[in-house]
This record gives sequence, structure tokens and C-alpha cells, in this order.
Amino acid sequence: MRRTLIILLLLCATANLVHAQDAPSFRVLRPIFDETFHEPPAPGTPGPRENWLEYIDIAALALALVIATYFALQSRSRRGLLLLSMACLLYFGFWRKGCICPVGSVQNMWDAFLHPDVALPAIVIAFFSLPLIFTLFAGRTFCAAVCPLGAIQELTLFRPVQLPTWISHSLGLFRYVYLGLALTLVATGATYLVCSLDPFIAIFRFGGTFPMLVFGATVLAIGMFIGRPYCRFLCPYGAILGLLSMLSRWHVTITPDDCVNCRLCEDACPYGAIRPANDTLPTESLPRSRTRLAGLLALLPALVLSGAILGAMLAQPLSYSHKKIKLLHLLQQEGLEAINDATIETEAWRRGDQTYEELVEETNEIRRSFRSGSIFFCSFVGFVFGAKLISLSILRRRKDYTPDPATCMSCGRCYKACPIENERLKEKNLRP
Amino acid sequence: MHAQKRMLSLPSRNNMPIARRHLGTTKAQDVTIEAKNKETAQDAVNRRSFLKELLRPAATLAVVGGAGALALRAKPEDYVWQIDPEKCTQCGRCATSCVLSPSAVKCVHAYALCWYCDLCGGYHQSYTQAPDTAAEHQLCPTAAINRTFMENPFYKYDIDEDKCIGCGLCVKGCAAFGNGSLFMQVRHDRCVNCNDCAIARDCPSDAFVRVPVSQPYIIKEHGKEA
Repeated sequence: MRRTLIILLLLCATANLVHAQDAPSFRVLRPIFDETFHEPPAPGTPGPRENWLEYIDIAALALALVIATYFALQSRSRRGLLLLSMACLLYFGFWRKGCICPVGSVQNMWDAFLHPDVALPAIVIAFFSLPLIFTLFAGRTFCAAVCPLGAIQELTLFRPVQLPTWISHSLGLFRYVYLGLALTLVATGATYLVCSLDPFIAIFRFGGTFPMLVFGATVLAIGMFIGRPYCRFLCPYGAILGLLSMLSRWHVTITPDDCVNCRLCEDACPYGAIRPANDTLPTESLPRSRTRLAGLLALLPALVLSGAILGAMLAQPLSYSHKKIKLLHLLQQEGLEAINDATIETEAWRRGDQTYEELVEETNEIRRSFRSGSIFFCSFVGFVFGAKLISLSILRRRKDYTPDPATCMSCGRCYKACPIENERLKEKNLRP
Repeated sequence: MHAQKRMLSLPSRNNMPIARRHLGTTKAQDVTIEAKNKETAQDAVNRRSFLKELLRPAATLAVVGGAGALALRAKPEDYVWQIDPEKCTQCGRCATSCVLSPSAVKCVHAYALCWYCDLCGGYHQSYTQAPDTAAEHQLCPTAAINRTFMENPFYKYDIDEDKCIGCGLCVKGCAAFGNGSLFMQVRHDRCVNCNDCAIARDCPSDAFVRVPVSQPYIIKEHGKEA
């Protein structure tokens, strides 16, 4: 390092000599060219995409949502949904390169909610709220055909294998954990986790870092057999959509008429989202189910509390996801003086003008936010587990085979499997 | 077709209550269980749909209200990523961290600041003895800087952005030896404006900032004093 500096200094000196030939003092001056030569060209500044094009994106999203809802609820056309998902994959995925997407916009909204100085463009708000509003009225039609992440998995699902219910139920809980973790990391200013772990962005852009490509390829490879692994087990936006979908005004129905309980739709659904009819099963005795419910309700605060305790313990390791904490750790290892094989982080910090005390102050602030964030996050996880147990223990009576609104992605595979639906289509076609 | 066959072949089984299929209860028991179940099921359905009707407007209001409240704070303009050249320490991660390959970050030359040196710290290897265009004397790994003679002893340096990989070696050289007229900028004709810029995440000097679309570049106007 020192040797390079000396050489550079020497070179500096010689260079100054070269340039300063005509100059009276030992200074480097800009050349004064004669006028035929030379207005110095300005550096080119190619502009970004035009701002107004965003409103086309918003309109495209709204239109796609309307069409998806029409195909899923009104015309009951699986083929229409497939064509639409291809179009959306091309537009939102390959053409718009997957950014901004509603899945990632959750973080922007949360960030802007917590930190008022964060810039929030109108397109982010539109992409976040439009699918939510549609879901409140029509179920997850956004997942059916509009989401490019869902579409790419939908189109590469070759041989669906059905997972046992308990596996898909337990893995499905991971969406909430992921959502909680992502929001915690946004709140502490560490990173946008969902964006950095986006599986398909590298595919949409035909290139990316190696881990991104490997992750994307893995999800796609699993997704060839297990339907939509990202949507069902990871997607944080899907977790929110699932909750809202339970309140939806209308929803995909499997059969257009009375269900004959033939179970064929259950086999057709690769996502395990169809709940069987159970209204003729005998109930267990009321006292027993009451005791169990009471026990689980008592367990809920216990789970939340143990989550909080776990969160307090997890705050320290979790805080290493923040680069300032990492930097302080590296500095403490290296010492404050410049060393030869310093890391890029510490070298950059030494060249800046922040003092060590200021850095420590800053990291203390970050650590505090990690502490509260981690406690909130882990109690949330505890709450999710408790709530899941309670919801599993409550028996819901169903006369027909019905899609579970929380997990059904309105893909429309079950329409064709339904013999009643086939009967209806036949009648419709015969009509003059 | 297949579906119909299966249905037709099992008519009796389909009509049989599921409880009897599984448990072998008597018909009389079935009737009472069924009646009771129907009643409780109806109650539960009513209760649930009532709750749903109540919660849906609440949730709609929450989504619209929340989005609206944030929309009041929102800027109509979009934002893009840019490098603050004053903060950049030329660590080289712009070349490796970008989701694009080659990176959307390129070296930009503020000609107005350039000294048009014969021996250029951004163009030549620091140990070179001969300030010429020989490949072994060049700093740029992809020979993306074109050197053209202007008048003695001045040379003009242009960046070929198709070759530039954004490694920042020339910027570092220019900052150490020249006055910093070479600097790094995100080129918006290439940048895909990721929600979470992968380089910003890895940048050790927090040089990545969000700037409004109307002013997407931070062009250096003051060089280092000689």
C-alpha cells in the first residue's frame, strides 16, 4: 500500500511537470484550446423510463384483475385464465422485469408507514392495494393469473403431486413467519428481504447473481411436481391475500349446481385447497371440544409470551443482518487503525468522516430497534401458531366440496374435474 | 368422460351418508345425527356469514384508508437509483453486485473538469513509464477508455459504455492522481430500477441514493483542487 502511494506521488510529481511546462507556478491547469477545437462535450445523461408510463402499468394491472375475475367467477374458463397468466407473465415479468410487483410493495408500504421520509411513488400504492381490494370481493383472482411469480409456476407445473394435508398446513405457516421477518427487517432499516430473495427476478431479466439463479431454478424444479411452492409456503403477500380472501364477497365455486360429493375435484387440485364435505360426519361430544378450545385459547397467550422471550434472545443474531452492525463488528476485530488487508466495508468507513463514537451511537440506535422488532416478530409468530391451532380445532360444517378461500388460488383446475360442470357445458353447447 | 364413468359406477355409494360408510352407525342414529348437524351447521353458517359481512367493509375501509393516507404523503414522481459521486469509494462492487451483467453502473466523464493529461491516472497503470495506448499500460480491464490526441500535450479520454463494466478502477486512479473528473453513475437506459437495488444493499459507503426521475443524474461539477 505504502509503496503504491509513493509511486503515485512520484507519478503525480512527474505529471505535474509535464503539464506545467508553460505554467508560471507549479500547478496543473486545464488546457485552453483554440476555438476550432473545442467546447468540452457534456457527459451523456440517458433518461430513465418516462414517468407517465407507470399509469399504463397501473391500468394494465387493473384490467388484468378484471379479466381474471371474469374468467374465474363468471365464464369459469381455465383456458382463459391460462392465456391471461401467459400475457401477464410476459408483460409484468419479462417486459417490466418484475419490478415493482405487489409482493415486494408490502415492504415499501410498511417502510413508508414507519418512516415518513421514505419516498413512496403512486405506482407502489396502486400495486399494493388493487389486488387486495379485488381479493376482498372476488377471492384470490390476482394469484390465479395476474401475478407473474404465480404464472411462471403455474405454467411449469408438469406432474402435480399432492402433499399430505398436515405438511401443506405446517409449511403454509411459513408465509406468516416470512412476512413478519421481512417487515421486521424493513422496520429496522436492514434490508428488503423479499426483494433480495425473489426467486424469479433473475429469470425475468435473463441473468443475475449466482445465488439468485440457483434459488430460482430450485423453486422452479420443485414447482414442477409440488404446485406453486413459492406462493403456498413463502409468499408474504399471499399470506395477506389469504386472510382477506376469507372475507371475500364472491369466490370461485367448484360446481355450478348441487355437489354430488364425487371427490374428483379434490384430486384435480394440486394445491390441496379443496376441503371435503363433512356435514354427515358425527360430531364429537360438545364438552370435549369445549375443553380443547379452552385449552388452546389459554395456550395462545403462552405462545405469544414465549415468542416474546425468544425474540429478546434472537435480537442480537438478527441484528447482524444490518450492515452498520456488521461494520462495527469488523472494525472491532480490525482495530481503528488502517491495516493492509482491510475489508471493503472498513476501508470505506475509514475514508468517510464519521467518528467511531458516532458509529457506536448509530449502532446502539439500530440495536434498540432490532430488540423491539425482534420481540414483536417472535410474538407474532407465536400468535400465528396459536391462531392456527385454534382454527384447526374448530370443525366447519360443509355440505359440498368447497375451495378453502385462504389457500385457493382460483386457478380453475377444478371446473373441468366436476361432472356437474361438464353436464352444464354440454347443455350449453347443445342449446341452439 | 372419465369423471362420469366413475360417478355412474358408484351410484349407491354416492347416495350413502358418509357417516355410515365410515362408522357403520344404524339408520336411526344417522337420522338424529344428521338433523342435529344440520341445525348446528346452519347456525354456524349464519354466524360466519354475519361476521364476514361485518368484517369485509371494515377490511375494505382499512385497505383503502391506509393506502389513501399513504397516498397523501406519496410523491407523484417516481424515484430512481443514483450514485452520489462524493460518497463513492470505488470499492468495485458495482461491477459484481448488479442484477444485470454487465452492470448498469458505468464510468462517466465530466469533460468540463478534465485536465486532459498526457499521463492519465484513470487511463494508465500507476507504474507505467510510457504514457501511450499500449494495452499493457492501460488500467481499464476491458479497454473501455478511448484516448485521442488533441494538441500537445493534451489528450481526450472517452468512455465506451458498451465495454465499461463499472469496476471503478479508472475512477479510483483518477481520484488518486487526477482531480476526479471520472466518476461512477447509474445509467438509466440500462438500469431496471429494482425496488431493492442489489448494489445499494452491498455498497459500503452508502453512496446509493434515490433521486427523482426529473433529475436522474448527479454530475460532478467541482473537481479536486490541484
